[in-house]
Amino acid sequence: MIDWGQLFSNAAVELISPTTAAYALAALGLAVHFGFTGLLNFGQAGFMALGAYGYAISTLTFNFPVWASVLVGIGASVVFALILGVPTLRLRADYLAIVTIAAAEILRLIFTTNTYIDVTGSANGLSGYKGGFAALNPLPEGTYGFAPFTNNSYDTWLRIVAWTIVILACLFVWLLMRSPWGRVVKGIREDEDAVRALGKNVFSYKMQSLIIGGVLGTVAGMIFILPRAVVPSNYQTTLTFFIYTILLLGGAATILGPVIGSIIFWVLLSFISGFIARAVEVGWLPFLSNVQAGQLRFVIVGVVLMLIVIYRPQGIFGNKKELAFVK
Amino acid sequence: MSNSPAPRRGAPVKTTGLHIGEAEPGVAKVDPIVVLDGVKRTFGGLTAVDVEHLEIPRNAITALIGPNGAGKTTLFNLLTGFDKPNAGTWSFDGQTLAGVPSFKVAKMGQVRTFQLTKALALLSVLDNMKLGGKDQKGENLFRALVPSSWRDQDRALEEKAIELLARFKLDGKKDDYAASLSGGQRKLLEMARALMSDPALVMLDEPMAGVNPALTQSLLDHILDLKTQGMTVLFVEHDMQMVRHIADWVVVMAEGRVVAEGAPREVMQNQAVIDAYLGSHHDTDLGEDPTRVDTIKELLHDDDRT
Repeated sequence: MIDWGQLFSNAAVELISPTTAAYALAALGLAVHFGFTGLLNFGQAGFMALGAYGYAISTLTFNFPVWASVLVGIGASVVFALILGVPTLRLRADYLAIVTIAAAEILRLIFTTNTYIDVTGSANGLSGYKGGFAALNPLPEGTYGFAPFTNNSYDTWLRIVAWTIVILACLFVWLLMRSPWGRVVKGIREDEDAVRALGKNVFSYKMQSLIIGGVLGTVAGMIFILPRAVVPSNYQTTLTFFIYTILLLGGAATILGPVIGSIIFWVLLSFISGFIARAVEVGWLPFLSNVQAGQLRFVIVGVVLMLIVIYRPQGIFGNKKELAFVK
Repeated sequence: MSNSPAPRRGAPVKTTGLHIGEAEPGVAKVDPIVVLDGVKRTFGGLTAVDVEHLEIPRNAITALIGPNGAGKTTLFNLLTGFDKPNAGTWSFDGQTLAGVPSFKVAKMGQVRTFQLTKALALLSVLDNMKLGGKDQKGENLFRALVPSSWRDQDRALEEKAIELLARFKLDGKKDDYAASLSGGQRKLLEMARALMSDPALVMLDEPMAGVNPALTQSLLDHILDLKTQGMTVLFVEHDMQMVRHIADWVVVMAEGRVVAEGAPREVMQNQAVIDAYLGSHHDTDLGEDPTRVDTIKELLHDDDRT
């Protein structure tokens, strides 16, 4: 029989997992790009990869301390944003989409190629960079929390740091978007020529937005690798699309949307995959093998995304009023 | 605004004595705000704008008229930095504008509206207005994070916006999305938004297109108001009635060139203008075309036989 208690507690673990936090942060960055400024960035996976590799390579190859590794990652993503933005932000929105999706793939292939295997670890990726972060842990050894959220000292420390960063980032984006700065970028989303005619340097604002959202994605990439290893195949375009799913689920031009969207996405994904696996075991789905069952959850995610876009295009937190005017 | 004049009933006061010498294309003005020299813009083989010399008089309402495809909007785009000419120099208020990007042109005090209205649909009417404010401290990324550094300025801006909206009868809509406004109201909003920056020169691209007759009168009054407040207005329009009514000076373009200039009444009698609008063969009777008559006769003959 299916152990429902086990299924629910496994799903509940995802509520506060660092991976959920990382996706929430990456989605928040995308909200700055797409939801608020109207920049079609399809390369968020690239920004995340820069955070992951920037942190891991600085630590492993150059023996940098944690703060320096973080700065290297952020610096790399600012440079990446500049390289993407300078040629494309003067053009129409769709050009940025094409360039970002390609640039993210180029980055992933560079990290995968054997030429730099000493630095990047090629397809095997990198591991063993967690020492610096663990050394900062003020919590003594032991088990923390209550069922089902019991964790050891390192995992608890990671959760605290990850969610603190998410909360600070939400506060930061909220402050920005209610300011005149936010008004300008939202104006750019609606019609950049009109904003230009009012004397605003549209290119500069778009660049600032691209950098801010990209840096949020980069920090997300660092949180993402702290509970696991750096593996290049994690940074395929599907990662970007999962983040878009989360963003649309929560509401594109909202602050809390990406966070709640990420929580719902991961809890549901964990529950669905657990349920399918158990259901196959007890023979409820005789037409599926174990391997097929593992992939079915993504089919369900795809269907759910389609249903959201059709029946609730503004997302969970989006403003219903906005939709009255969508062309 | 308490000092603004009440809605006009009779004919508006025309500003005269703007030019020096004979009113002909390229005539010098007493006090020009915009001066163009040899501005040329081609799209492939098509010459859209080819203006040898043009001066726009300060503190007057100048209409830019001409048939479709005369290059009026292209000239607008060139003046505001939205497009770059292939050759020529032009200046605004004594400052040369060659190579200056559009947002800097707007900052200098030369604000435009668009032929196809660009209301920022998913921003509230009030936010649309506030966006027009100049030199906002909170538009700097770092200051934006400290609300106390921009709150006072924002409040002042809001008061000004509401005052302007009241003048344009849009204050009741200030919290609605701009998307919920009608086409005419959007025109009004775009004009009001342009005024938020206290411009020296307002450029209106077809302000009357798509506006219903009831709104037209109030829009005309608003444009006349701008002159009394010391601004210069340059507008593109097809409605001759309106041009005659409010313009102090008319510049006529055809096929990219300035073909005539002058006070509205005189310019409309000008042969070059009539030719540009109606075609130079407009008084030839097409009915006398012999081949045409023959064709019609043949057709009639066919009808008889069947």
